[in-house]
Amino acid sequence: MSSIPHDHVAGHGHDAHDHRPSGIMRWVTTTNHKDIGTLYLWFSFTMFLVGGVMALTIRAELFQPGLQVVHPEFFNQLTSLHGLIMVFGAIMPAAVGFANWMIPLLIGAPDMAFARMNNWSFWLLPPAAILLITSLFVPGGSVSAGWTMYPPLTIEAGMGMDLVIFAVHIMGASSIMGSINIITTILNLRAPGMTLMKMPLFCWTWLITAYLLIAVMPVLAGAVTMLLTDRHFGTSFFNAAGGGDPVLFQHIFWFFGHPEVYIIILPAFGIISEILPVYSRKPLFGYASMVYAVAGIAILSFIVWAHHMFTVGMPTAGLLFYMYATMLIAVPTGVKVFNWLATMWKGSITFETPMLFALGFLFLFTMGGFTGLVCAIMPVDIQIHDTYYVVAHFHYVMVAGSLFAFFGGVYHWIPKWTGTMYSEKIGQWHFWLSLVFFNVAFFPQHFLGLAGMPRRIPDYATQFTDWNMVSSIGAFGFGLSQLVFLWAVIKCVRGDGEKAPAKPWEGATTLEWTLPSPVPYHTFETPPVVK
Amino acid sequence: MERTSKGIRGQRLAAATFAALSGLPGVALAAREWNLQTPVTEIARQQYELHTFIFWICVIIFVGVFGVMFYSLFKHRKSVGHQAEQFHENTVVEIVWTVVPFLILFFMAYPATKTILAMKDTTASELTIKVTGYQWKWNYDYLQDGFGYYSNLTTPLAQIENREPKGEHYLLEVDNPMVVPVDTKVRVLITAGDVLHAWWVPAFGVKQDAIPGFVRDSWFRAEKVGTFRGQCAELCGKEHGFMPVVVEVKSKEDYAKWAAEQKAKVASAAEDPSKVWDEKALAERGEKVFAANCAACHQATGKGVPGAFPALDGSKLVLGPTAAQIALVLNGKAGTAMASFKQLSNTDLASVITYTRNAWSNKTGQAIQPAEIQAARK
Repeated sequence: MSSIPHDHVAGHGHDAHDHRPSGIMRWVTTTNHKDIGTLYLWFSFTMFLVGGVMALTIRAELFQPGLQVVHPEFFNQLTSLHGLIMVFGAIMPAAVGFANWMIPLLIGAPDMAFARMNNWSFWLLPPAAILLITSLFVPGGSVSAGWTMYPPLTIEAGMGMDLVIFAVHIMGASSIMGSINIITTILNLRAPGMTLMKMPLFCWTWLITAYLLIAVMPVLAGAVTMLLTDRHFGTSFFNAAGGGDPVLFQHIFWFFGHPEVYIIILPAFGIISEILPVYSRKPLFGYASMVYAVAGIAILSFIVWAHHMFTVGMPTAGLLFYMYATMLIAVPTGVKVFNWLATMWKGSITFETPMLFALGFLFLFTMGGFTGLVCAIMPVDIQIHDTYYVVAHFHYVMVAGSLFAFFGGVYHWIPKWTGTMYSEKIGQWHFWLSLVFFNVAFFPQHFLGLAGMPRRIPDYATQFTDWNMVSSIGAFGFGLSQLVFLWAVIKCVRGDGEKAPAKPWEGATTLEWTLPSPVPYHTFETPPVVK
Repeated sequence: MERTSKGIRGQRLAAATFAALSGLPGVALAAREWNLQTPVTEIARQQYELHTFIFWICVIIFVGVFGVMFYSLFKHRKSVGHQAEQFHENTVVEIVWTVVPFLILFFMAYPATKTILAMKDTTASELTIKVTGYQWKWNYDYLQDGFGYYSNLTTPLAQIENREPKGEHYLLEVDNPMVVPVDTKVRVLITAGDVLHAWWVPAFGVKQDAIPGFVRDSWFRAEKVGTFRGQCAELCGKEHGFMPVVVEVKSKEDYAKWAAEQKAKVASAAEDPSKVWDEKALAERGEKVFAANCAACHQATGKGVPGAFPALDGSKLVLGPTAAQIALVLNGKAGTAMASFKQLSNTDLASVITYTRNAWSNKTGQAIQPAEIQAARK
């Protein structure tokens, strides 16, 4: 808040208010939403590479049957940390980075509502990441029970587990602060005339995501705190010998974990809803029903968690309830997909890189949605639960879903952020390489899962060899393709490319395109008026 | 059966088409690596057919939805000069595409519900086997027949570490598989001794988490004789990938023979009351029985506690006729602290009596045989 009066005073001399510490201190002390957005995005990309190297090590081990590259114990640590790092270190911070950069620009606000808390919520993340990564080097190694951290395995684990628990606490605190900031910004700092139902859809998806985060991050914190006290202070929440129940952890974890899935995908839905109308040169179809669909998905996400636990031996009534509730999610999700198609229908479509990623998202996310429906059918899930089918399913929705949407978002907005157009050629290469290698890596995993290959194993029976080889080749191709993305971004950051006009996209209508490119350090000090 | 095999073939074709469409390299593969394993129980067959049914619904929707998308991408391109229309709402269409998916879901949920009800019905089982998961092996306990055993991976380390070529059932082979009769409803009680595991046999359609401290159940009725293989399906530590589940389905006659052998093995391992022991072996065992049951009162020294518990060292009873001592130990002595010890086995009683007759200063040199105890029991 303190930066706002400061901006008004300094507003007289336009260049004067731009003063700030230089070098590293600029980034450590910044309260500017654009700086913090940039920090989030670079942090996220760094963690994406760290988690990616882990994934490639896993795929190298799985290239052939037998043990070649890593020991089983270290393999388990890799799968566990890959999951935690990608979910908490890569995808979620990327979404918050977009929120920081774009929400104030999309609603005509000068900055985020709580500028200093914004700084704090970012700077909590690097210590959490350091805890996660150093946990690999303590005696006993890191968490090896999967990113889901199921007890009793996590109760017996070494001190690396404690570091992971504290990292989860810290990242949770960061997410909650970020969410409070986003909610307050959206509810209080919209430009005059911008009613809630006129907001760009990205703001709506983030508003709902922020409420989900506030509802479930404390639940996760509670679950890992109970693990901590079971480990060190003699409680027995999850220990049957002391009157507890290991399955209780799963219920608490997935009460967090299922809304978490939507925390990951809803901001991506928002970005897709911004991109498709621009390159179709046509307004978003069914705006109101999009808002209701997102809200519906969010509400349903609280009553479906036990579909992650169809094999724990629930009573019949529980199985039926969670199956029906889960299947219902297909309805609002279907509405969103149909609305996106109708947005393109009879538009005037062009295929710049952001649009390609949005179309890739639509195609592959829908495939992940179909496999989700297959998993929802409890009798079928009995066969594919904890197999590679599930691994394929959630990578279709998280990588080809969220990550593709974020790539699209970066290409869409990077001219505004840096003032330089990205290279269309490099962008298209990045898209096509990612699309092909993603499918080579993950499509065969459906077959592996159906044929009976469990997930989280370092070695497998020989009939799974061929598809594992194909998958590993795809994974390495996908991983290397991301260096193309890095190249495209660095070119823009260095100003190596065509200078971006204020509105590089013909069909763009939202407020950020009324500002010059690159966008000035302080924007909308006088709120725009929205009719 | 006719209907099933057609379904399976159809699905394989579909999977192949699907893969070809997504541009995967043409790797030659056996059909079983594409799809669910061939079912050998009614439940697994229902799961298979449900999956096929839902797969085809998804394919149809997929083709419909993306047909529309690709039509739009070709026809409504700016490069072909298409002008954008500006409509952004249509209530009728929006209601239709909300209601129609709902109806489709109803048709998916109906057969799924029937299968769930069948899966959960564990009543009227003919054989109950308790399955316990340990790091990293399974234990099978045949509760009704009183025998049980562990089932361990037999794949040699040299194969896992690539020093030897891998065998046919690499990682899916064990020393002692679970053995069940064909066409018999088998109820499995599943639990764990340490951390979570999951007992999974794909061909049976059974996957149930093994939870330490809790017992869950499931069931199957295998319709075919043969060997069926699965794996632990819940991460259970470093050897999680190395604890396979192998079930051997035998004909009812072969199963009865196998079960009889197992029972005989248990019986032969147990004590034989007609066996004749020598004095030294009996006394050695008897010392332990004495320490566990007698020494609290009569003391390890055999001197007893004067005034409370009589001494055995030099006791007239102990050094007298054997029948009186056996009767006393078996039945106790009313009105005193000497209780009946008939709950001990014949061998234990024979040993402990032999011990008292030869320990301390008692040197009778007599050996009391289990058969004598047996004879003295009413």
